Amino acid sequence: MTPHDSNNAHDNNNYAADQVARASLDHCVKCNICETHCPVSAVTPLFSGPKFVGPQAERYRHGESVDHSLDYCSSCGTCTLVCPQGVQIAELNSQARAVMKADHMPLRDQLISRTTLMGMAMTPMAPVANAALGFKPLRMVIEKVVGIHRDAPMPTARTQTLTGWLKKRKAPTKAPTRGSLVYFHGCAGGYFEVETSKRSIEVLEHLGYEVIVPKQSCCGLAQQSNGLFDQATAQILKLCDELRAGGKDLTIISASGSCTGMLKHEAHEIMGVDDSRLADVSTRIRDIMEFLLDLHDAGELPTNFKTIDITVPYHAPCQLKAQGMGQPAMEVLKLIPGVKAIESGVTCCGIAGTYGLKKEKYEIAQAVGQPLFDMVKATNPDLALCDTETCRWQIAKSSGVRTEHPIYLVHQAYGLS
Amino acid sequence: MRTLSADVVVIGGGATGAGVVRDVAMRGYKAVLVDRVDLGQGTTGRYHGLLHSGGRYVVSDPHSASECAQENAILTRIQADAVEETGGYFVATEVDDPAWGDDFARGAAATKVPAEEISVSELLTLEPRLNRKISRAFRVLDGSVDGWQLVWGAANSAKHYGAQILTYHRVTKINRDGDRVAAVICRDDKTGEDVTINCNFVINCAAAWGGQIAAMAGCHDVQVVPGAGIMIAMNHRLTNSVINRLTYPADGDILVPVHTVCVIGTTDQKADDPDKLVISREEVQQMMDCGELLVPGFRDARAIHAWAGARPLVKDSRVGSEDTRHMSRGMSIIDHDSRDGLKGLLTIAGGKLTTYRLMAEHVVDQMCEQLGDVRPCTTANEAVPGSESGKTYQVTHRLHAREEDRLDDQILCECELMSRRQWVNASTPSHRPASTTCAANCDSAWALVRAVFARCGPPGSRWRRSTSTSSGRPA
Repeated sequence: MTPHDSNNAHDNNNYAADQVARASLDHCVKCNICETHCPVSAVTPLFSGPKFVGPQAERYRHGESVDHSLDYCSSCGTCTLVCPQGVQIAELNSQARAVMKADHMPLRDQLISRTTLMGMAMTPMAPVANAALGFKPLRMVIEKVVGIHRDAPMPTARTQTLTGWLKKRKAPTKAPTRGSLVYFHGCAGGYFEVETSKRSIEVLEHLGYEVIVPKQSCCGLAQQSNGLFDQATAQILKLCDELRAGGKDLTIISASGSCTGMLKHEAHEIMGVDDSRLADVSTRIRDIMEFLLDLHDAGELPTNFKTIDITVPYHAPCQLKAQGMGQPAMEVLKLIPGVKAIESGVTCCGIAGTYGLKKEKYEIAQAVGQPLFDMVKATNPDLALCDTETCRWQIAKSSGVRTEHPIYLVHQAYGLS
Repeated sequence: MRTLSADVVVIGGGATGAGVVRDVAMRGYKAVLVDRVDLGQGTTGRYHGLLHSGGRYVVSDPHSASECAQENAILTRIQADAVEETGGYFVATEVDDPAWGDDFARGAAATKVPAEEISVSELLTLEPRLNRKISRAFRVLDGSVDGWQLVWGAANSAKHYGAQILTYHRVTKINRDGDRVAAVICRDDKTGEDVTINCNFVINCAAAWGGQIAAMAGCHDVQVVPGAGIMIAMNHRLTNSVINRLTYPADGDILVPVHTVCVIGTTDQKADDPDKLVISREEVQQMMDCGELLVPGFRDARAIHAWAGARPLVKDSRVGSEDTRHMSRGMSIIDHDSRDGLKGLLTIAGGKLTTYRLMAEHVVDQMCEQLGDVRPCTTANEAVPGSESGKTYQVTHRLHAREEDRLDDQILCECELMSRRQWVNASTPSHRPASTTCAANCDSAWALVRAVFARCGPPGSRWRRSTSTSSGRPA
């Protein structure tokens, strides 16, 4: 493909999106491997399956999507991951969904994709917000009016944001010995999963890094998965500017597996964002467990871990698997004496970001995740591990088992908690 | 031996023959159409899929340009279900002289072919896969048309007016009674029976095979030169509108979205025998290069079929007999009374699929004149069966239908989006195919679909053109 010189950003994005996804449909050999791995079509006939909706139906679309059932795709990305031919099936589906919803975007989908706003609104009134979201009659009203299922998992609001903690905490006393890193916490890591962010930062500082946490906003993932490409594109480019302000050429670390995937490949491959700022950030960002494993492979990770005697279920989220880096958390957990991590072997927990919150998809999401909930309960009724926030909320809510990021055990094994 | 009688026998079941039999029947004649194989199996089913706006001929052949513009509007109205109103563009790539656009604009105005120049940035927003080095673009009313649907639409209309359509009836002889045509003798290739059709008039619509038919009536040396062109279908639509090069007509300068594929073409090589057309490696490479010029990355896209068709070009003394590219695209009617002293036989050839209805009108007008009848043509006034709603085809139709019935009916073939019900309804009880899903995109399923229809008659819905390679077959 020839380079292009148009100055029109939207035009460029269409062009780039086409190069990466649409062109790949030619490679489909109809092997049906994606169909056999799709966790959604396995539990409901409402979704016609990734091959049908992706490389097949795409040939029948021209700028409009008449097959509204494609919205039953959860965007878990499993189809793209398992395709032996490199067809970007999930990306095709996400693009078609954006076209389909362009003129009738439900208010609900706009609301639930404003993740930063939710955090900002809930933090100052955390106890009230948490109580309200646990109050059945209110949830029934929300389901009726907004379309979020009454039993869907909701984040727990915290009284302190990560920024609040960073301001108030005692500055690290040890001088950095390994240089600087930029930390990307994501919306959840800033407002709801503050503990995960704290522990990640403390582990990195323990290893001798200076951790820079620039002011940062949302990556736009929820907007992307709801088909709001224009807003999501503006969001991610703003975020790229903010992360780049943290320091030139510094490695960026995140414990938000899904947001990292958005920066690494989804914004480019699904929305066609073709911008040098994104290219810069996407090549510098590392998942925290990936980073720790890289250090270990280079012989630079201290393994003077305390023994923790625990058998713990570990679930690798779809959006982490889609990053094509294996399961670094499993490898790192193996380094901790006494830890026996059992990989779930389940494709998806069902939530897929905001999919499982929606009232018309809640039951599907629960059916998708049921084998995982059963496995978690049977393996350890007190603790499960998973790398991404909404998946943790889903597993915890549906299995009743407390679910943490794998960094939780690393933090403990270094004696930091 | 069966014997039939008719006022008029039409030989050849391509678009021209189907148009002629419809016209004849609508004017109240008792008509029979015969074809040696199925309808549209010669050149009609092996063409590019383009419903011309006329833009292509505004400079080189202004008369054809005006005819195309008028017939495009008529066909979109009377055969809506065969036509997709894709719109089209004429674009100047980096190897085309942008100044030619001025000639084009003048020609379009003179021939009344609707055309407007648009900005390149607008073009690239509408068709983002196009070459970014395009320097000029004109929007025209090109469309795409399903040749099978077109020919069956006309044939069904003719049947409605009492005509008989006899497929797999191969003409073996044309009997004369003195200086008049008396009968057409056919062999029914499905039963092996000979069929005599007594008639007053014969219209030879056998196109590239027209010389062979005329010779059966003792009219020799009718020179219809097969101008062979190859086309290549790509796996999906790389553009959603017809893309033409803004230049004097040449090889490989048109890309047409037809159903779910897009077709690049074509070439023009004189062929000796319309049954033995060759798809050469060189021509295939030439087409891929031409595609690459319009849509960068074309060569990396997946080609699924190549085929060749034979244009019926009537030999023109003004151009050399080897130069089929510059033989007239206009229609020619050969009156065998003045040429050969045989009354009751007209041969029509040349022309274009877009103007098939007009060709029929002209030849049937001439027949009426010779018969001394005053019966005006009404084919432009009435929609064919299936097109009464006036709603044109859209590529999304079948996806929309499957969206509606996906929970009630199993989808057997995802490439062609065929449900079990469609499959079962298409096949007769004795020939019901085994339920099977396809494994390629999609030769196996397509072959089965074709096999079903070969047994059961016309397709009830839209199918891709014949995808078999190499030769066309004569009437």
